[in-house]
Amino acid sequence: MGSVELVCPAGSPAMLRAAVEAGADSVYCGLRDETNARNFPGLNFSPDELAGAVDWAHDRGARVLVAINTFARAGATDAWLASVDTAVKAGADAIIAADLAVLAYARDAHPGARLHLSVQAAAGTADAIAFYAEAYQVKRVVLPRVLSAPEIAGLIRETSVEVEAFVFGGLCVMAEGRCALSSYATGRSPNLSGVCSPPEAVTFDRADGMLTPRLAGLAIDRLGADEPAGYPTLCKGRFEAGDDPAYLFEDPVSLNAMGLLKSLRAAGVKAVKIEGRQRGKAYVARVASAFRAAIDALDRGEDTTRFEALLSDLAEGGRETAGAYNKKWR
Amino acid sequence: MTVTPITLTLGPLFFNWSPDRIGDFYGRIADETAVDRVHLGEVVCGKRAPLLDTALARAAERLERGGKTVVWSGPALPATPRERRAARELVAAGALVELNDLSGLAHLAPGAAFVAGPFLNIYNEAAARELMRRGCVRLCANVELSLAAIAAIAGACPGLELELFAYGRLPLALSGRCYHARAHGLHKDSCQFVCDRDTDGRAVRTLDGEAFLALNGVQTLSHGVQLADVAPERLRAAGVSALRLSPHTGDMGAVITAFRRFADGASTAADLRAAVAAAGPPGPLVNGYLSGAAGMALVT
Repeated sequence: MGSVELVCPAGSPAMLRAAVEAGADSVYCGLRDETNARNFPGLNFSPDELAGAVDWAHDRGARVLVAINTFARAGATDAWLASVDTAVKAGADAIIAADLAVLAYARDAHPGARLHLSVQAAAGTADAIAFYAEAYQVKRVVLPRVLSAPEIAGLIRETSVEVEAFVFGGLCVMAEGRCALSSYATGRSPNLSGVCSPPEAVTFDRADGMLTPRLAGLAIDRLGADEPAGYPTLCKGRFEAGDDPAYLFEDPVSLNAMGLLKSLRAAGVKAVKIEGRQRGKAYVARVASAFRAAIDALDRGEDTTRFEALLSDLAEGGRETAGAYNKKWR
Repeated sequence: MTVTPITLTLGPLFFNWSPDRIGDFYGRIADETAVDRVHLGEVVCGKRAPLLDTALARAAERLERGGKTVVWSGPALPATPRERRAARELVAAGALVELNDLSGLAHLAPGAAFVAGPFLNIYNEAAARELMRRGCVRLCANVELSLAAIAAIAGACPGLELELFAYGRLPLALSGRCYHARAHGLHKDSCQFVCDRDTDGRAVRTLDGEAFLALNGVQTLSHGVQLADVAPERLRAAGVSALRLSPHTGDMGAVITAFRRFADGASTAADLRAAVAAAGPPGPLVNGYLSGAAGMALVT
């Protein structure tokens, strides 16, 4: 492992293998149910697949982090607690959780289990992190994507908990775990059911050469033949707030902070994370190998500029941003 | 058999109103309404707070003279040094506070009583019990929760008072980015406080012209106005003992009166809907979340 741990997504056992073979130090994945925040059809791991994947990864010196990062449903918390047991039994290197119920159960039932605080907890200040460290002994926090690079450096100076930061992939423009836009329109949301803008609520209209993606019947964009159509995520849609229709919340861009690797490392970021468990093994192989090469170059004292454009064509909507890491994003 | 009346709470003001407007509004609330408890404090954006501190402090005095209980609500997404300091000072002041971000628990003395606000991600009884262990005495349920989910939490948490977000635009999302500033071609750090131009939030329409959301600085609200038209016996059965009404322009006094009558069993759900609709809510009435449907649905 280099100076910064490379954490990659795995939506399936094949994707996990692809990530490790391409240079991931760690992979994160979830069980095939509503206990993880990428609860899409055809994704994720059965308990047996998870155990097999952990063994396979450990043989190759890689770690497996299990995301149990949705909020347990009232009156039905057992499924979440069972996922914790399953992850521990499989030999997971850490559990990534946000719900106090899941954190408390892991702490009490599996005192040796390593806990990472999920981005879904939106713990973006040293105060919030201090609470989770004191109450649940979390060893690492995945930062919400709302902080600038200098703010991350400031935060790390105030905490002894390891910090993991997203560097590539789909970008939530809202504080993660603090957004109910999807359930307001569709009845399902990341916090309630592990999905955002769920596929069953998506439809497309075609009229006059224009494509209109709809979510629960609401027109959330209107695209000409020459405009790329990404997945119709609610907050990436075009809306009107007075004047002309605009991407009010966020342009259809993806995060690519490879150019900030050096400053994130200097800030004390322990691990960098790639988003995209839903995007398959070809995606993760390319992203992992590019970031592996960049981190290794950084560790040799080399410039990383040559790696920055390697992944541009993978961005959803074809455009990239450094997001909140640049203060002007706000 | 006598039953304990359902408490009416006025939630914290989400919008960037002028000090004069704040003074007038809470003066009326203090003198003319049957609300029991009033939350004050800037929960959305720490940049606004210094401009409003004096007006809110005066409002607190006036409300207490009027016999209302005042509770101070903390910020929902403290991020800047100023917001973090304000959150610390709020807790240090020693009065009962509402936490809207768990960072507040890092400052609160162990076991000190606090209220858990609707911005916290408390979705189940085990999470609620975690907060009770830390001193939580009352939980205003997250707006995504159905009445059945709230009942499950209440049933497993004896001693915890449950409050339901019952009126107002639903607080749906928070961001590091200010959408009001963005809509005006500005950034958060040089926002010129443009959020003060929209006293109930800035309307967001879909490309079909359908009103959908409302922007309020770093916060996104629903366009629809939540109306918990749940009969008092059903509320009690679900363990709900308080209703939270969220401040808006329009006739809040009439909204409060309508809820008081409804909660006391003196009017029907249809009466409540008619009275609230006549009080000038900023959007159509919705209630979908309470039955587990999409939040923007109106289930009757």
